[in-house]
Amino acid sequence: MSALATEARVPAPPPPASLDAVLNHPAIWRGGECARVAPAVATGYAELDARLPGSGWPAGAITEIYAERTGVGEVELIMPAAAQLTQAGRWVTLVAPLHVPYAPALATHGVRLERLLLVQTRSTEDNLWACEQALRASSSGAVLLWQDHIHERALRRLQLAAESTSTSLFLFRSTRVAPATPAALRLHVSRADGRTIVRILKRRGGGLPPAIALDLHGSFSRRARAVRLTATPEPLVAALP
Amino acid sequence: MLWLALHFASLPLEVYARAGQPSAAVAIADSAHHIVACNEAALKLGIRRGMAVAAASALSSALHVVPRDGAAEEAALERIAAWAIQFTPTVSIARPAEVLLEIAGSLTLFRGLKYLWAEIQDGLRALGFTASIACAPTPLAAQWFARAGVPVRLRHLDALRASLPDLPIEVTHAAPDALALLENIGVKSVSDCLALPRDGVARRLGQHFLDDLDRALGLLADARAFFTPPSVFKAAQPLPAPAHEAEMLVFAARRLLNELCGFLAATSNGAERLTFTFSHHKLEPTKLTLSLVEATRDVEHLTTVLRERLDRTTLPDAVTALELESELLLPLASRNLSLLHDAGQLKEAATHLIERLRARLGDDAVQGLVRYADHRPERAWRTCKPGTHDVTHTLIAGRPLWLLERPLPLSEVGGVPCYDGRLSRLTRAERIESGWWDGNDVTRDYFIACNPAEALLWIYQERNPNGGWFLHGFFA
Repeated sequence: MSALATEARVPAPPPPASLDAVLNHPAIWRGGECARVAPAVATGYAELDARLPGSGWPAGAITEIYAERTGVGEVELIMPAAAQLTQAGRWVTLVAPLHVPYAPALATHGVRLERLLLVQTRSTEDNLWACEQALRASSSGAVLLWQDHIHERALRRLQLAAESTSTSLFLFRSTRVAPATPAALRLHVSRADGRTIVRILKRRGGGLPPAIALDLHGSFSRRARAVRLTATPEPLVAALP
Repeated sequence: MLWLALHFASLPLEVYARAGQPSAAVAIADSAHHIVACNEAALKLGIRRGMAVAAASALSSALHVVPRDGAAEEAALERIAAWAIQFTPTVSIARPAEVLLEIAGSLTLFRGLKYLWAEIQDGLRALGFTASIACAPTPLAAQWFARAGVPVRLRHLDALRASLPDLPIEVTHAAPDALALLENIGVKSVSDCLALPRDGVARRLGQHFLDDLDRALGLLADARAFFTPPSVFKAAQPLPAPAHEAEMLVFAARRLLNELCGFLAATSNGAERLTFTFSHHKLEPTKLTLSLVEATRDVEHLTTVLRERLDRTTLPDAVTALELESELLLPLASRNLSLLHDAGQLKEAATHLIERLRARLGDDAVQGLVRYADHRPERAWRTCKPGTHDVTHTLIAGRPLWLLERPLPLSEVGGVPCYDGRLSRLTRAERIESGWWDGNDVTRDYFIACNPAEALLWIYQERNPNGGWFLHGFFA
């Protein structure tokens, strides 16, 4: 009797580890999949998160966003992240924005305006300095910089500053600029068929997924697509008064 | 009250020689041509304080006699006082060669007198000054013990009254004729002096001599003027011999950097920009400005930065003197240790960031944003001090993230507005008609539009006979 009880207490040997379990080990990386890194902040777009290492904007690194032209949703792309960061009390610094960041629109996107810092200086040098200061401040969640021409050394300096506090730096550049950068993530943003097309040009872990189409601008943008798909060239122009 | 007196017996020599280690015999002579201080090499030659310069020169022809620089001594005392404020807020300068620190309130912070003493001694050594230190309950007694070179640590008046009488009478620094008189009547120590009848002493030596004795014993109040640190740091240091090598310059500069960092610690500041001026014999001085990424008061860091800069700089000639100036001082608080980021730290970091940005870029370059309750799009926002609370709560849909500072007139082709091609409207008109009360009234029909390249734009048409089209924003 007692012998049986003792036997019953002996734990069953663990089942042999399945291949999946082995592959899920964090130390194992397979070619063709994203690198696993600590997520910074979710982008707010499930399709995009799924294709980014760490399922979000990389923390402590540079994300470069090449907008084909102004007005394709390049800033809107990071609005969910900005909203999330500012709601959590983190500061988001905008350095040298191209135009006035429109407060009512920002508020509508959920950004807490009192956590926004707007820096506009006269020289590139000062902009980069301000950017670096903001990156080094532990209060910062993200820094947004609009600057086409940056010396590679200055960019590396920003990269180090970003790493020191795990703040994300979003660098907006026009597509005319030749890329040679330490950015962890590079995106190309354009618009087609009423949707914002995001192409990942570079990401950690390699492997470039196909372009992602995002519905960024709500109803009017979908309507535009519908019109475009069905109508003859320039149908709406004719409808203008 | 507990007073720590720092007596700098070799101050006249040190203001001259601390920036290097001259191997030659150096003596400092005052205006009456008497030696007031000399270095080791001069001592070996038999040169002593009080000797006439002629007599000293007769002992050795190699002796280098330097005139005393009273202004430099004064400035050095002030910088030592500024440096000492990191140990206690109550620091007083007793000219010509003493600095007094009231340390009763600092003992707990520095874990007792022993550690505080050691810390001050090490700090002074790094500055290149030697001091005899003494601690007593009255400032004058502490000064006297320091002058006598007796490193006492007296905490109570009783102990003071027991040990003070043993001091030689010279430490009182009384007038020379008074000291001569006392010597003639056989008074050698303070105790001999205390044994004399008070009225006779007062009549022959003056009441102030008696008062000094009473102050030292704590019988009379001794009010000291406390030192207030200056708002900027500026220090000059001659080099005993012209130097060219970076290492020698760094050695001398480190003395000044130690002073600067003590000053910064005392005033809770950090320096963000330092200017070194290297003087040359004939040429114009060389200026070297160190701009730091972050305000700091870390001597090691600053020394490293300076060394790097000196390595990259070619000086036109040997350096005869250097000067350190720090004009951009920023508050740099010591931080409490904490494991987690708390809200206070975030706020502090944000404040520091904003202050730093505004300090360099000007207030206009660093702004916050708020909404404003106005229907006119260009008036629905304002810049403000960063962190200003946004009091508006209405959310409006269909507004662009970029607003043009000035609406851009659009050209028209066949009545259709163009921006990189003909625009197609995506929405119905949103009429905004407001502002008749302040003379800036607008009457506009706003549309979201799209050009052939599919950029989303916010355009409007004026509701007046001209009916011009304007671009007002981008849905970026």
